[in-house]
Formats: sequence, C-alpha cells, structure tokens
Amino acid sequence: MSKSLNLFLPAIGGTALVLGGAYGFMARDYGAKTIESLETRVEQSTASAASATEAARAAEAEIARLAAERDEFQAIAAAGGGLTQPAPVAEAVYGLGREALPEEIAAWDVDVLPDGRGLPVGSGDVWTGEELFVDQCAACHGDFAEGSGNWPVLAGGFGTLADEDPVKTVGSYWPYLSTSWDYINRSMPFGAAGTLSADETYAIVAYILYSNDMVDDDFVLSNETFFEIEMPNADGFVIDDRAETEYSIWRAEPCMTGCKDSVEITMHASVVDVTPEEEGMEEEAMHSEEPAAEDATGDAEVVEASVDPALIDAGKGVFRQCQSCHEVGEGASDRTGPQLNGLLGRTIGSIDGFRYSNSFKDAAEAGETWTTEALEAFLTDPRGAMSGTKMAYRGLSDPADITAVLAYIESIGAE
Amino acid sequence: MDEFAKTSRRAFLRGSAAVAAGTVAGQTAAQGAPDPAITELQDWASYLGVGVDETPYGLPIKFETDVVRRNVAWLTASPISSINFTPIHALEGTITPQGCAFERHHSGAIELSKDDYRLMINGLVDRPLVFTYADLERLPRENHVYFCECAANTGMEWAGAQLNGAQFTHGMIHNMEYTGVPLRTLLAEAGLDATGDLADKWVYVEGADASSNGRSIPMEKALDDVLVAFKANGEALRMEHGYPVRLVVPGWEGNMWVKWLRRIEVTDAATESREETSKYTDVHENGVARKWTWVMDAKSVITSPSPQMPITHGPGPLVVSGLAWSGHGKITRVDVSIDGGVTWQTARLGKQGDTKALTRFYLDMDWDGSEMLMQARAMDDTGYVQPTKDQLREMRGENSVYHNNCIQTWFVNEEGVAENVEVS
Repeated sequence: MSKSLNLFLPAIGGTALVLGGAYGFMARDYGAKTIESLETRVEQSTASAASATEAARAAEAEIARLAAERDEFQAIAAAGGGLTQPAPVAEAVYGLGREALPEEIAAWDVDVLPDGRGLPVGSGDVWTGEELFVDQCAACHGDFAEGSGNWPVLAGGFGTLADEDPVKTVGSYWPYLSTSWDYINRSMPFGAAGTLSADETYAIVAYILYSNDMVDDDFVLSNETFFEIEMPNADGFVIDDRAETEYSIWRAEPCMTGCKDSVEITMHASVVDVTPEEEGMEEEAMHSEEPAAEDATGDAEVVEASVDPALIDAGKGVFRQCQSCHEVGEGASDRTGPQLNGLLGRTIGSIDGFRYSNSFKDAAEAGETWTTEALEAFLTDPRGAMSGTKMAYRGLSDPADITAVLAYIESIGAE
Repeated sequence: MDEFAKTSRRAFLRGSAAVAAGTVAGQTAAQGAPDPAITELQDWASYLGVGVDETPYGLPIKFETDVVRRNVAWLTASPISSINFTPIHALEGTITPQGCAFERHHSGAIELSKDDYRLMINGLVDRPLVFTYADLERLPRENHVYFCECAANTGMEWAGAQLNGAQFTHGMIHNMEYTGVPLRTLLAEAGLDATGDLADKWVYVEGADASSNGRSIPMEKALDDVLVAFKANGEALRMEHGYPVRLVVPGWEGNMWVKWLRRIEVTDAATESREETSKYTDVHENGVARKWTWVMDAKSVITSPSPQMPITHGPGPLVVSGLAWSGHGKITRVDVSIDGGVTWQTARLGKQGDTKALTRFYLDMDWDGSEMLMQARAMDDTGYVQPTKDQLREMRGENSVYHNNCIQTWFVNEEGVAENVEVS
C-alpha cells in the first residue's frame, strides 16, 4: 500500500508545477485591457503553482509518514505478528446455528458427574448384573471381571498401586462411581455402545462392585443407593503439581561439558526384543519380486482353475475387520471369537470350550452347519440372522466383501 | 586382449578399489568406470511415463512403501481400540503428512459425513445451539500449526529401553496446519452471560463415535487457543483423525483433541469421565496418581541416525536430524551429545520455533567412525530443560505410563547401526 503511494504522489506534484508555468506564458500575448485580469490570473496561477508546490511538499511529508508506517508494519511482520490477526470475535453474535431442542439435548447430554447429576431413575441387582455381564461383557473382561488377554481387568488389584505392576481396576483405582456408570452406559458393550437400558447399566455396575467385594450379593444399585458407595481410591489423586515439584528444578541453565564422570550402557532394547518386524520393508521386497513372479506364471502351463488370487487378497483386506476377534490359519486359536479354520461345512457352534450364545447352541444341537448361504446371511446382518449373538459387529453391507472374505477364510483355513 | 579392453579392465579395477577405499574412509569415491546409470539409455528416459488421468489423488511412489504407520500388536487387546505410530524416523521438516500421521481410536475410526455432522453446545450457556458443518464454514477461521502428542508417547520406555526405533519410542505424535474456528467464537455464539464466573467453569467435549470419548477442559483454556478444526494441511481431516471435525487443544495431551466432535457442554465441574480418571492419570511410586496433567512438557528425539535409520555411508559428513517440541510454548534451543551426555553442543534449528509446534534441529558433523551415544535435549521459552530418564524416575517412579519426556539415547556402533539403549 505505502509503496504505491510512494510512486504516485510525486507525479501529482510535478504535473501541477508544469501546468502553472504554461498558463503564465500564454497570458502575455493578450491586449492591455486584459493584462490586469490576466496578471491577476497569472498571480492566481503562480499562487496555484505555489500551492501545488506546497501540496507536493505536504505529499512528501505524507510519503515520509507512510514510509515510516510501512517500516513499522514490516518490523512487526518480521517479528511474527503484524498483519496476522486472530479471527475477530463479534460483539454481536453471528446468529449461526439453531436452538437445540430439549429432546435433542436429552438424547446427547447423558454424561454423569461425580455428584450424581445426570443419573437417571432406575435400579439393578447383582444377580441380574451377573447374567448381563456374562452375556455381554465377559468375552473381554472375564466371567468375574478379572480380564481376558489384554482387555481391562475390572476387579481386584487392591493394594497394588505402589507395586512394580499396579493393577488399576474399578475397585482399586477409579475414584468415582459415576465414571463406571457413565462409561458403561455410553460406551459399552464394545461394539454395541448405547444399547443398555438404565436398569441394565445399574445391574452391571452392581455386579462389578460385587466382583470387587465392595457390596454384598443382595445389593441393589439405584439412583438412590448410588450415594452409599465409597470408592476405596477416592483420595488417591493429586492435581497436577509439576509446576511446583518439577519445573522449579528443571528450569536451570544446563551443563555443557564434563557433565558426568563416565558413561556406561545399562540396558539394550535389542535384548528385550519386542519391536515389530518392518512390515513395510517386506512389502517393498514383494514389489521388487513381482515381475519375476509374472514371468513365472507366463511361462508355466495354465494351472488348475482355482479361486482368483485377487479375490483372496481382497478378502484378506476385509478380514482386517474380523481379526481383532477371530484367528484363522495355521495355529489359529479362539480369542474373543472362535477360530475359523474349516469354517465352511463346520457344525455351527461346535468349537469345544468356546462359549457361544444361545442361538449358536441351538443351531449346534439341531446339527446345522455353516453353508455359504448361512454365512452370507450371518455376515450381512449378524444380529438378524443369529438373534442374541455376542458378535459385536455391524455386518458387511457389500456382498462382494462377503464373497471375498469367505474366499480368504477358505483359502487360509481349509482343513 | 586389445588396448581398449586392457584400459577398461584397469579402469574397472581402479574403480572398485576406490569404491572399497571410500567405504572404509568415508570419502567420496572417484568413479573409475563410467556409471551405466549415466552412460546407458534408461527406460525412464526413453519410454513414456504415467498420464495425468492415472492418479486423481496420489500416494507416495512405490519406493517409499516403508514410510508407513506401524502398530505394536502386543500393546493392546485389539487394533480397534489401539494406537499406531508415525514414521518420524523417515520424515523431514516439521509437517506430518496426514496419511502417515499416527492414529489412536477407542472404538475404531468411523465414517461420519459432513451432511450427518451435528455439533451441539449446551449446559451453562444463554442459548443451547446445534451447528451443522455448513454453519461452521461461515464463522471466521484461523490457521495454526500445532503438534498433537499422545500422553503415552514413550510410555513403554519407563522401565527401560524397550522398543528399537524412533517411530515406536516417539511416534505417537504428528504436527499439522489446522484450519478451524476458535472455540471461543462458538461459545460466544451460544452466549456466556448465563455461565456466571468463568474462572471455575469447564467445557466437557465429547466425540460422536461409539467410545464417545469425552474430556473436561478448563474454561480458561477453552477461551484461549482451542480450535474446532475441519481441515489439516490444507485438506479435509482424514477419517482416522476425526473427519469432518475435531478439537485441537494446543500443547495438551492428544486424548483431549476429541475427534468427530459432537458436543460441547459448559459445566461447573470436571465430568471425571473414564479417560480422565482411570486413564490419562499418572501413578507415582507411592501409589498416588497425578490427575489433570494436561500439558505436554518439552521433549526432543534424534530421528536420524536412529535404529531404523542407520548410518550407511561410513565416516565423514553426517547430518544428525531431530525433532523438538513443547506444550508450554516455543523451542528456543536444542543441545546434542554424542558421548552419552558428558559434553553437549548446541544444535542448529531448522527454523525458529513456533509455539506448541514441532521444531526441526540439525547437527552437521564430521563422523570419525567411532561409537556414539547420541542424545538430544530440548529447552523451551519458559526455560524448562528436558530431563533425563533417571531424573523423571526419581521424581515419579516407573509406573506413571504417561508423560515420559525423557532424554533418549541411541547407541551407534562403528558400522553405523543404531540401537535404543539406556546409559548411566
């Protein structure tokens, strides 16, 4: 902005001076009677020239002022501020968004605070809770909330917080009962969040408290008995005190030379050896081998027609959605879900030791087997096809994905 | 053997001797025989390449397939509720490409469209409001670069050197340029007259996914620099980072950067949700836990050389490259040691540090081929100096899981191979 003014203002001043001079010269050729008036006009034009000079001087001053202002802006900009401004906050609101309706707030604002605000009216007892827990939670958290695999342990662990390996459970660690009610109600069961009624949530929380020996087996948790529960570790927390305990020490000029007498390696990560292999590197190696593989198939006789490798490959991709609960292939074992080797043609619900839901047990008793059609129906709508299934999965909407994933399971897990 | 052949053979022998010597001495080898990469007509210099209609949205070239996020399967029960790691060892500069920026989900990444997106503001406000995505696009927006670090970054290293790679020890971090609406603008829109004294108020922020991850943020921070962001690095957020809208809480632990943000409630108390009580609290040696440890303290790591980035060129000029950051403000200085912390030299910052954003640092050295114990130590504009692991353990014990911002040590042997170690 100031740069363009710099160029423009002197040009105006110069033009005014030239015009004034030309006007004065022309005036001398007129008759005497007009001289007076012409002289007046010459005076005027001289005056106007003078005033133009003055205007030019003023303009120069303005230029100097703008240049100074520009320098100031540039200095501020160089310092990182200046023309960059935070987005304005309007005095008056923009009027965007619409009023939230009470029903909408009720649907979403369901969190529960430590003082019990947000708890709905309701109740549930320990035994109802156990039934719900075994059915809906135990696959990950164990029958007695003792945890399974890497899934969270919910019970026990009392007195371990200062140990080498603390066991942080609802009983041993969680400071507020509201947190478990709120979390289970909103975010559990894993894969079917938001499906528990208030009474069911009360019952499950009652069972978890029972598993932690915090209540007796006849306990009924409700929006009223909620306040009777004292959490053992309620006082086990301090608010962040790093500013006092650490920053005061670690805000000092650091040592630069002779900071230690000697240095020894005390531990090697390679000894622990828990770092994953470089998957990407393997993939790269596979890429570079691809041309050779193509040549090989090109030269070979056409082999017996089999399942399209691309389909199996696509199925492997789809199976990523399954593999957190199911294993398939050599050495596959049951996890949250049963292993899937020999799935096609296998009797439904037939893996020894796996705890199936009732619809699977019924199918097993009836001797039903997994056909392609049955699997397609189940994978399209798990809960529709096998009512009460514990499989927390929404299903595959694309039939092509189902075909692919079944091809993959068959290819790797055939027996 | 004719004269030409003899000359060629001598030249070839000379050439290989020079290459061998070069490998040992680390000096640029004189090229004996002409390099066929230059003298022979290459396919790519003759045949045609790929057309502009081939790749509407591009991925990195196939030679870079190792620069990917990785996860550590044994860390968690399921990849659906888990974390992966940014390949920081293989990246340069400071901006993390979205496609390899770490992910952390509690119930998996969800597909939530802009059309289906709603953001509710309720609680102690004058007017509870619902915004659509289109509404957010009509409010004044800002652009800022910030790092997002999971509080558990380096958490596996409390008890000792464990994972062998900067990606695994320090890769729960990314750094992007966010475009979004300041949270204070949205709060003003809902009106804070009904809120009363702002000093003891909070906002509870919650995601739309099945985990409904929620965190409480003090009003002071909410009105300061928190952004409701809908773009990163110039394009829409990725699904795994909260498309279409996530919260950006500069300098504070990643768990608070709620993805798929659906609700903001002004409250008079912390909600004490699962993620701010049972998780993201730091148990100390005496069994007492710190809570509300929101700020990520100053930290740094040498990204190369590192276990996944060995020195392959032998002695001679070596670029030591690393990252430093602080949730308190700007990185002002990074020191590097190659002798395990006995002596330190001040590194060169790639660019003046930005507040609560990654800063790149370099040490341009002449490696003599001897063993090194490489460390970096960050300082921020509050004067805070990144502590050693021993200093942290003395203060907190080994069980705090979160907020491990210790000085990292890489042992580099004479072959240039690097390993994660701990030193006395």
